[in-house]
Amino acid sequence: MIMANKILKKEQLIPGQTSKLVIDAPHIAAKAKPGNFVILRVTEKGERIPLTIADTDTENGTITIVYLVLGKSTALLEQLNEGDEILDLCGPLGKATDLHTGGTVICVGGGTGIAAMHHIAKGHHEAGNHVVAIIGARNKDLLLFENELKEFCPEVLISTDDGSYGHHGLVTELLKDRLEKDDSVIEVVAVGPVPMMAAVSKTTEPFGTPTTVSLNSIMVDGVGMCGACRVTVGGETKFACVDGPEFDGHKVDFGELRQRLAAFSCHEKESFDHHCRCKCNDNS
Amino acid sequence: MTTAKKTKKQIAPRVPMPNQPAEERARNFKEVALGYTKEMAMEEASRCLNCKKPKCVQGCPVQVPIADFIAEVAKGDIEKAYSIIKSTNSLPAICGRVCPQEIQCEGACILNAKEQPIAIGRLERFVADEYMHMDACDLISAKPECPFIDEEKKVACIGSGPSSLTVAGYLASRGCKVTIFEALHEVGGVLVYGIPEFRLPKEDIVAKEVGALKDLQVDFVTNYVGGKTFSIEDLKAQGYKAVFIGVGAGLPRFLNISGENLCGVFSANEYLTRVNLGRAYDFPNYDTPIIKGRKVTVYGGGNVAMDAARTAQRLGAESVHIVYRRTADAMPARHEEIEHAVEEGIILEVLANPTEFKGDDKGNLASVTLQKMKMGEPDESGRRRPLPIEGETYELETDLAVIAVGTRPNPVLLENEPDLKLNKWGYVEVDEDTNETSISDVYAGGDIVTGAATVILAMGAGRKAAQEIARRLGVEN
Repeated sequence: MIMANKILKKEQLIPGQTSKLVIDAPHIAAKAKPGNFVILRVTEKGERIPLTIADTDTENGTITIVYLVLGKSTALLEQLNEGDEILDLCGPLGKATDLHTGGTVICVGGGTGIAAMHHIAKGHHEAGNHVVAIIGARNKDLLLFENELKEFCPEVLISTDDGSYGHHGLVTELLKDRLEKDDSVIEVVAVGPVPMMAAVSKTTEPFGTPTTVSLNSIMVDGVGMCGACRVTVGGETKFACVDGPEFDGHKVDFGELRQRLAAFSCHEKESFDHHCRCKCNDNS
Repeated sequence: MTTAKKTKKQIAPRVPMPNQPAEERARNFKEVALGYTKEMAMEEASRCLNCKKPKCVQGCPVQVPIADFIAEVAKGDIEKAYSIIKSTNSLPAICGRVCPQEIQCEGACILNAKEQPIAIGRLERFVADEYMHMDACDLISAKPECPFIDEEKKVACIGSGPSSLTVAGYLASRGCKVTIFEALHEVGGVLVYGIPEFRLPKEDIVAKEVGALKDLQVDFVTNYVGGKTFSIEDLKAQGYKAVFIGVGAGLPRFLNISGENLCGVFSANEYLTRVNLGRAYDFPNYDTPIIKGRKVTVYGGGNVAMDAARTAQRLGAESVHIVYRRTADAMPARHEEIEHAVEEGIILEVLANPTEFKGDDKGNLASVTLQKMKMGEPDESGRRRPLPIEGETYELETDLAVIAVGTRPNPVLLENEPDLKLNKWGYVEVDEDTNETSISDVYAGGDIVTGAATVILAMGAGRKAAQEIARRLGVEN
């Protein structure tokens, strides 16, 4: 029972901003299903952070995670290289994606969420669904996982905010267009920034298409103990870590989610600044 | 009783516990109680009447031979006292600190009728602390040599709280190979994430007890979640002969009132886990953040509410109110915790029931609406019910609310083990005599069986299960 959590491969997808890690974690890979996440900690004084599993390889016993460098914890993670070990890695957590079969599933991804969506899309593909991926980013250079998705998705539609690649506009425009033309769609999945998931849910509502969103709530333990990740779904309080992280997008209170995600924004900045100051002092 | 009549001697008052001064300790996280000296302990022990049929022992969930150990303390033979305690209690330094003695041993003490009971908890703590420096195997097994560990007698514990630590101590000292699986990154369960440093020091006490188990070849595997990373079936396939489930309390209960998901409203579990496990009191030196409230309100009347309130005070709050819908004497917390809290400046906002949290335009908590209550007639359970006084509500400013009204069963393991029979409250059903579950050779104990309870009750359950496991593995008759 060796749990080294060694980083076997590191790839900077967007230099200085987003990286992909392939981690040796056979005990997690053996159990991980689409939709699951892990909680990790990089240093002894570090914070526990949740990250969705972007891919698994049970044969080689690895899991893949993709992260955006946003605060101190992800900055510390970014400092690790191939061969380094992640101090604490716990999972797979959360409920797995409910994979219905028998039709077209549109998987929408935005920003780093594309990587998390990838695992869900793969699950739908393996379940026998026709998977259409719609991915978006601000510009061409910030677009992730296009090739990975093309490996199994018969259609990958792309949009960029600046029109540098694919459709000039929003993923929701591509989605609406598709829903108008295609009545074989049994489900829409959306993973990405909160405003994007809210917009996707709003887009699908008039069509009555079941819509699943994967929420990135703040978590502490991630195993159903603390309630930090609570979210209102259909007027009821749910816990993203054990009831989710996937919920019915038509029922999620996205406004509340956005506010709750900002609860520690001052602290996050303070922690990051403290980290930068300490680093400068170390160097001087 | 007869002894008391015969002697008719004047019983001296209890020897008070030296504490850090209230105004000082309310601003630090160091332990509140400083502990007896040997002289104090001997003086307190000499108050004991040495009853022939000591009621205190019946009041103890793990049946520590209390009268016997106290007799040794009175003589000054602390080592003997220690080995007597250790014969039934594997974690006395912890119990001496966190047990609700007033409803257990001290509550049963014969002196209670007319005098103050013997300070059994303080004596237990003194004796345990004196011997914390002893060799680890002595510490656990009270035997001079470490036992031979039989690698074939594999036992797994899921969760590393007090019940599992008890199981591990009991079985390892009898030669079983125990592995403890913990979901979090640090071992100790509620002793680490729940009970604050000022009541139970982590390095000096909890880590020492865990370290002693490691010396008995108990393996600790962190970041391993029962029901997620592994199943009970996996453990059996790996050759574990018995499995003990001690996964503890789960999802926090909330008040189900409007505004509960505003920023600044925390469950006590989250608040305390951030501070205790995440060391958020030392942010930004540690990375886990916590909102340091200016005007803090805590909801509930148990030990967890006291812990949360006193933690907020230590983090620099201007005011801390504990809001409770009954009167202070009905609070289920240990008396000492309530006393300590009040000494430290915590305000008991009793006969008040929250009805709504109100926020500012950014979704941050700003105030709470409280309904004034009065005590009504006793209900079927004999407990007087609080009733709202119609039309009497008031507003209390608050920027941090901590809700400490209990927990529900943790679904993580239970959902993934459908063969595990649950009771009508959703907790694990066990055999009363052995704590075995509906799956043979799988046992359970602690909060996942009883719902939120105490460290000592969890230990009692662990001990019961361990005795049965020991019998079945042939290491005990």
